[in-house]
Amino acid sequence: MAKYDLKDDGVVVIIGSGAGGGTLANELCQKGVQVVLLEAGKHESNDSFVNDEWSSFGQITWLDSRSSSGSWRVGKDFNGLPAWICKTVGGSTTHWAGASLRIQDHEFRVKTEYGDIDGANLLDWPLTLKDLEPYYAKAEDKMGVTRTHGIPGLPGNNNFKVMHAGATKLGYKNCNTGRIAINSRPRDGRASCIQLGFCFQGCKSGAKWSTLVAEIPKAEATGKLDLRPQSHVLKIEHGKSGKVTGVVYADAEGHQHMQKARAVCVAGNSIETPRLLLNSASNQYKEGLANSSGQVGKNYMRHMTGSVYASFDEPVHMWRGTTMAGIISDESNNDPKRGFVGGYEMETLALGLPFMAAFLDPGAWGKDFTAKMDEYSHMAGMWLVGEDMPQESNTISLHANNKDQHGMPTPDVHFDDHPNDIAMREHAFKQGSAVYAAAGAKENYLVPPYPSTHNLGTCRMSAKDADGVCNAHGQTHDISNLFISDGSQFTTGAAENPTLTIVSLAIRQADFMAKQMSEKAI
Amino acid sequence: MLDLDLTRRNFLKTSGTVLIGTLASSSGVLSMLAPSQTWALELTKLDKPIGQSLLQATRHIFPHATLDDAVYAFVVKDLDVAAAGDDAVAKLLTDGVATLNAGAGGDWLAADNDKQFVVIEKMAGNEFFEKIRGTAVVSLYNNELAWAHFGYEGDAWKHGGYLTRGFNDLKWLPDPPADASPPAFSTS
Repeated sequence: MAKYDLKDDGVVVIIGSGAGGGTLANELCQKGVQVVLLEAGKHESNDSFVNDEWSSFGQITWLDSRSSSGSWRVGKDFNGLPAWICKTVGGSTTHWAGASLRIQDHEFRVKTEYGDIDGANLLDWPLTLKDLEPYYAKAEDKMGVTRTHGIPGLPGNNNFKVMHAGATKLGYKNCNTGRIAINSRPRDGRASCIQLGFCFQGCKSGAKWSTLVAEIPKAEATGKLDLRPQSHVLKIEHGKSGKVTGVVYADAEGHQHMQKARAVCVAGNSIETPRLLLNSASNQYKEGLANSSGQVGKNYMRHMTGSVYASFDEPVHMWRGTTMAGIISDESNNDPKRGFVGGYEMETLALGLPFMAAFLDPGAWGKDFTAKMDEYSHMAGMWLVGEDMPQESNTISLHANNKDQHGMPTPDVHFDDHPNDIAMREHAFKQGSAVYAAAGAKENYLVPPYPSTHNLGTCRMSAKDADGVCNAHGQTHDISNLFISDGSQFTTGAAENPTLTIVSLAIRQADFMAKQMSEKAI
Repeated sequence: MLDLDLTRRNFLKTSGTVLIGTLASSSGVLSMLAPSQTWALELTKLDKPIGQSLLQATRHIFPHATLDDAVYAFVVKDLDVAAAGDDAVAKLLTDGVATLNAGAGGDWLAADNDKQFVVIEKMAGNEFFEKIRGTAVVSLYNNELAWAHFGYEGDAWKHGGYLTRGFNDLKWLPDPPADASPPAFSTS
């Protein structure tokens, strides 16, 4: 592994080692670029991961102080935990379930497709599906996505059998074990899936793609990567020219260091990325870095979500095997006749007993609740995930008073559901319930959103400088050597799980940055 | 190991002593006590009547008729640990039990089940009630005895996953076609 000097201003500094930052680091290292990868969390491994929900939660989750406000139910149920994302090398790719779906053509231009929607800050992406297709193909190959590149699908588990039986009876045509970045065959030096059922807990077998097991080891093998875990970035510095010059970070002991940089790429997920830009405000950039549009921290999206669990006369044992074992895509189109714009995916999801107790009906007690828990071994479950509307009033902002362990203002996550989100959730609940009713369910349980795993849009890309924070390559409009490299770039949310798109954008960004560097533009 | 073919009733009948033995030998904080009672807790901060009241309060908040008191005792253990670490928590729990007793005319534990429920239901949402509920929603369901009771199988890694242990053993619905659900990879 490389070790660069703090004063070395020839390095590219990447903040965050998840889907965006970890992939970008590897892509740049493969091109010979010297990279310092700063990760706030510790460096865990397949060996240190545990098959235990609460222990794992304590091990990899971002648990630094956050607050939430707004009328969303997460704000009430999990006020101090608005998002369920990770602070560990590999970021939230250690936690994701592997669903790897491309954003649909029309979802890149929703302002054109949907028209004006009251309260929605819609905008077309400055790039198209066609622009991104070659990068999607590279990402799918890199990640070993099933049902692409000749890779067979994964076998469905019991939870999928219930979903498939119900979907078929209901007349849905597109239900299968999906495109998943989990090895169905040994591939790329990693084993095939042994159906542990602890995808959310890091995947001890290594069958699931993550930047921890795939991108970062490859980047290290180039000799170009200087990975620094437990390095929490507090501020991005800039010079008189306005270009960024480096970052200040706190190490494991809380000691602060300044790492110089040729370029800085921010990939801290859609809460930490705007938080860092806002906290880097200066005399020259009074509203925070790259914020001349005023859109940093705005348009926070978290996908329309909800879950349906159902109980059956016979056992299901839904926790056995892959967490996201199958998908129904029939509702992912845009059909405003349903009463909302955009679409949603239905994906199996299973929780262990400990998390089921925490999430089934947060705050509930008494015999209605325990009667549901008594059905646990006979339950099947699915997660509903769809496009939510960007709203300028949904924001990440710096808390006026609260500070974290490093003295940095904590982020406040403000969110209100848009009426379109609510209409979509009601429809998804109805259809999810119908799937399970068709499979013979005794009872359906409609479960409100979990803390957000898909955090998007807070530094969105836009064709015009005034509409967003960065361009189609993630380069900020205001500062040419400052890049956004995570899901914060998303102009709109689309219905699909975002990781594949984040990885594809990172590959594309690496090509762009390498060209810019060779041309001495940055 | 738990045989999932046994009914829950049979499981509890046949393995109740195993549950008790497991707890007594593995946790150290629980031990057999008076003959009138299966359980007693080695409490470090709270006294025994408080502990008993908290256990019964937890049974009202999360009532699982056939779930052994031993599992509810984990909640009391965690409340005791919290009380030992924070005098404000100790006071909250002690005062809360006093309120339960006052509501039952002196001895809440001695009241019948219906009367107990009426008293505790009135406290729903207050700080005392929420302390118990918030602790119990984790502690009650986050131990191997509860997992055995509910049929959850816990750590899969130590058994090599479910690939050969029933991840797709459901027989009461038709199997999906191979294009929807391809066969698993096998080296044999």
